[in-house]
Amino acid sequence: MMNKNSSSQSGSQYWKRNLYGLGINLAIWFSVSFGCGILWRDWLDIHFPPVGHAPFGFWMAQQGSIIGFVVILIVYSVMMNKLDAKYGFTNKEK
Amino acid sequence: MTQDHWNFIFIGISFALYIGIAVKSRAASTKEYYTAGGGVSPFANGMATAADWMSAATFISMAGTVAITGYDASRFLMGWTGGFVLLTVLMVPFLRKFGKATVPDFVGDRYYSRVARGVAVVCAIFICMTYIMGQMRGVGVVFSQLFGIGIPAGVMSGAAIVFFYAGLGGMKGITYTQVAQYCVMAFAYTIPAIFIAIALTNNLVPQLGLIGDYTVGGEHVPFLEKLNQINTKLGFQEYTSGKMSTVNMFCITAALMCGTAGLPHVIVRFFTVKNVVAVRKSACWTLAFIAVIYLTAPTIGAFSRVNLIQKLHQTAYVEAPGWFKEFEKTGQMAWVDKNGDGKIQYFGPGKSEAQRNAVFQGKSPVYPQYDAPKDQQVGPHGQRLLASKADMSNPNELWFGNDIMVMANPHMAGLPPWVIALLMAGCIAAALSTAAGLLLVLSTSISHDLMKRIVNPDLSDKDEVRYARMASFAALAVATYFGINPPSAFIAKTVAFAFGLAASSFFPTLLMGIFSKRMNREGAIAGMICGITFTISYIVYFQFLGGKTEHYLWGISPEGIGCIGMLINFAVASLVCVFTPAPPADIQAMVDGIRVPVSEDGGEDVPPPVSH
Repeated sequence: MMNKNSSSQSGSQYWKRNLYGLGINLAIWFSVSFGCGILWRDWLDIHFPPVGHAPFGFWMAQQGSIIGFVVILIVYSVMMNKLDAKYGFTNKEK
Repeated sequence: MTQDHWNFIFIGISFALYIGIAVKSRAASTKEYYTAGGGVSPFANGMATAADWMSAATFISMAGTVAITGYDASRFLMGWTGGFVLLTVLMVPFLRKFGKATVPDFVGDRYYSRVARGVAVVCAIFICMTYIMGQMRGVGVVFSQLFGIGIPAGVMSGAAIVFFYAGLGGMKGITYTQVAQYCVMAFAYTIPAIFIAIALTNNLVPQLGLIGDYTVGGEHVPFLEKLNQINTKLGFQEYTSGKMSTVNMFCITAALMCGTAGLPHVIVRFFTVKNVVAVRKSACWTLAFIAVIYLTAPTIGAFSRVNLIQKLHQTAYVEAPGWFKEFEKTGQMAWVDKNGDGKIQYFGPGKSEAQRNAVFQGKSPVYPQYDAPKDQQVGPHGQRLLASKADMSNPNELWFGNDIMVMANPHMAGLPPWVIALLMAGCIAAALSTAAGLLLVLSTSISHDLMKRIVNPDLSDKDEVRYARMASFAALAVATYFGINPPSAFIAKTVAFAFGLAASSFFPTLLMGIFSKRMNREGAIAGMICGITFTISYIVYFQFLGGKTEHYLWGISPEGIGCIGMLINFAVASLVCVFTPAPPADIQAMVDGIRVPVSEDGGEDVPPPVSH
């Protein structure tokens, strides 16, 4: 059992790690959707190999980003569960 | 068996299923009414959330929008799925840990203020109402198509059904009904797409067909190239290149994403699972289920565009396929024979933006009165005549609503009647599931947050549920009215406004409530009010009071303005917060508490709401 003090300390460290992972996830989220699908789209259409017969940027906007989102969420959920385990937040779950 | 028989069988079976489930899992307590008792499995909850999410707009309207605007419609595809990432990583685990039934509840407690709770209730009502209107419209379109009745009668029959099982079953009933509805939807959406993919591209998987070859008649050209050619030949822009400005596209996508993360009816769905770990798992399932449909939508859009143009363009009206005449009857498609050659011509935009693609003057077709003489009703080729004047500045003769594409799709491809019936059942499931979910949030906001927490704290459990049922009735009545007299032509657009409102009000407030311990009552209230007021006035001015397109702020259309409203909310809140006192210590401790997934020693996972 952790006492009040150490648990809130590990809580704040846990929170920092959490924010760090969150930042990475959101950076990827931004680049697959707004980045590839909208902002860099024209450039990607020309300079990147097409997906099948679809220009890369167009494909990212219509299909690739959605696949990306699903992957991000799965990775996030696995990552967070690991983090919870590391800081001892899982064993209390029933 | 005729089409009607199939329709009745499929819809009858699905309705019996929904109502059976609703009756069986009727809610007894407020806890069951609001959060289904809190023990739904992540998998089932994922499906239910996906169904809740898959609104009539998504199901009926989105593929049509993709068909018509090509790349530009990606804003809906990305916006409505990307928001889930935000929702899952930024919102739901924390709100679930907080453990109360509604979003205004969180706002009220986190910002220790009745005013904040009240503002949140008002925002929730606004958002849900706007959204339900779009759904009711969708139900109306499907029913009128199905039974050959007018849209008003369609809207009303839909409202009656929604009221029956949402009011009765509460969250518990809704959750399990939505699981059934998701299954209907997923099959209804993907099966026609597979058939059409085989017909057009000789590819079993529609997603691969889209990026593969067009193979009809031994031709082997890349499908998208073929589509671009068809488009440019008729005077449209290339399918794969957008017309919308990058700023606008960016803002609309952002508004949709952040709106998703602030939508109360999606957030509360995650209160029905057991704990934070289950929330994350459930969110993965939800997005995966949603992706099944969202990855199919662009393929349906592209395929149906090719089909539509090839079946109708330059076809003599007398030889036009039967489905065209069916849709003409219900006012979803129209043909104005401008050059008098008896053939249907479909052409791209006219010279200017203002008159692009205008077949007739005005936004949607107007028809002669019922008792008008025959020669005003029916044209020389047997077509249904319009009362609206033809717009002769443009050679285009064919008009169709966005909302019709998905429904016309199997007809166009000549699929068997049972597929069409399945699709109809799916359309109705989509509209009903979302309308029911929204209705529940709306009624909860009124009964729990307004009546119980603000007006009369001594309200008994039973009275609370009674108020909730009354509120859903009132809300539905209003939504029905606006479903019959829609404020905007297309379902997807009406719904996009709801997202703007959610993005500009709840998203920043919830986000700051979780991630900033310093954010206080004054800042949150000021932010919410400024954000949503700005967004509503912009939308009302440009959509209803005749604001001109050229006066848009930085070229941002009303659909995307929620993004700016959100920034205003953030800015105002941070500014006000600096000049006002920090929140009390116990609130700061509470924020610390929701940041870790489990409670401190011995403490149980906070049980979701509270029977009083």
